[in-house]
Amino acid sequence: MKSTPFTQKHIALGAKMAAFAGYNMPISYSGINDEHATVRNNAGVFDVSHMGEFMLKGPKALDLIQRVTTNDASKLSNGKAQYSCLTNTTGGIVDDLIVYCIEENNVYMLVVNASNIEKDWNWIQQFNTEGVEMHNISDKTCLLAIQGPNASKMLQPLTDVDILNLKYYTFVKGTFAGVDNVLISATGYTGAGGVEIYFEDANGAADKIWDAIFAAGGPQGLKPIGLGARDTLRLEMGYCLYGNDIDDTTSPLEGGLGWITKLNKETSFTAKEILESQKAAGISRKLVGFEMVDRGIPRHDYQIKNAAGEVIGKVTSGTQAPSLNKAVGLGYVETSQAAIGTEIFVDIRNTPVKAKVVKFPFV
Amino acid sequence: MNFPAELKYTKDHEWIKLVDGNTAIVGITEFAQGELGDIVYVDITTIGKNVEANEVFGTVEAVKTVSDLFLPVTATILEVNPILEKQPELVNSDPYGEGWMVKITVSNPADLDGLLTADAYSQLVG
Repeated sequence: MKSTPFTQKHIALGAKMAAFAGYNMPISYSGINDEHATVRNNAGVFDVSHMGEFMLKGPKALDLIQRVTTNDASKLSNGKAQYSCLTNTTGGIVDDLIVYCIEENNVYMLVVNASNIEKDWNWIQQFNTEGVEMHNISDKTCLLAIQGPNASKMLQPLTDVDILNLKYYTFVKGTFAGVDNVLISATGYTGAGGVEIYFEDANGAADKIWDAIFAAGGPQGLKPIGLGARDTLRLEMGYCLYGNDIDDTTSPLEGGLGWITKLNKETSFTAKEILESQKAAGISRKLVGFEMVDRGIPRHDYQIKNAAGEVIGKVTSGTQAPSLNKAVGLGYVETSQAAIGTEIFVDIRNTPVKAKVVKFPFV
Repeated sequence: MNFPAELKYTKDHEWIKLVDGNTAIVGITEFAQGELGDIVYVDITTIGKNVEANEVFGTVEAVKTVSDLFLPVTATILEVNPILEKQPELVNSDPYGEGWMVKITVSNPADLDGLLTADAYSQLVG
């Protein structure tokens, strides 16, 4: 099993550890509810160094990105980032990712899910017919997400670059806690605000940055947060988790990712024709958010039924939402059953439990 | 970790305590609550029913996971701890006290003799 440069710190802090995407990762420290509330109300630090990073360089880098992703990366200028997805030739999603424009028309960074690093790399490579220089920098790149309404304020003293006024989905490079060349990005997977910082673990940079962050934020209540709360935080926002809510068999249109599917962009991309015909014909199923009306907690793969007891879909993610004190979930249902307010039933241990389709984000 | 000597335990991490004659209460151990994490719902669907030893009498839902609850000995389920409806987190904070789960009528109190002692259980999870 792989470690991140922070694994020993997590263990020393008493985190509950588990294997995730081949890495020994912290699942929780003080408890998911406490960690969740810390991020929603104050600030917390996630080690997400297991995530994958690819650098794409050269005059054809943008063209390659345009051909394999659904969003329009030609809209990106230096210092801007974009949520996007890689689609396969049958209209499914290879992965969801963030595209960073380091140098317009020349240098881009793709940030992909840890469990998909090899799959994504091979997928993109097979379209790399025009000599784009590709580097997989995943192993040497650290990623910390410092999230929460007070996160940027706590970190600002550690750097000269203005992170307090960094706009959502933009980034800057600068010196952070005495470490050069740190990429500071106003992105995240919690909906709570804050930044994500990318840097190379050389000359003790990982220790230096972790210690500086906690020296600055610790007295103000900054806490380390595990992957458990990361999941409940993202689910409250209705953010898709690859492998649960979206995968090789779900299309971005079905998965509610129509907003990052730019069928009109200049360059054609994998699955464009299939997605165009899906859009014209209408999709047969759709990812919806729902909340439980009666008592019960929806979980991945539970069946969704209508009032007549017929199966109309399945749950892809579900939890007791810590900020809401109610159980919520995401799932695919037949499009005819997807309207807000529709009464649905989640099959929990062979009992249909009433729920209703609601708008998300849930918070 | 704390495993009170006056309780009996199962390898499935439940405890049982005779409180009065054939009446007993059942909960999960400190080890079990720690493994599950924040508990958000205790779902007992067997009230009034006779449940065999080692059969499922309900489920416990934590934020990230769900786990079956197994009855230590054959018994009739009398009631669910009413506080858990509003405060399921008591299973985390006080697993042997306010966080008890069900009250039962044990069919044969001698069945408890076959369960694990605190020492045997602590070695199991040690």
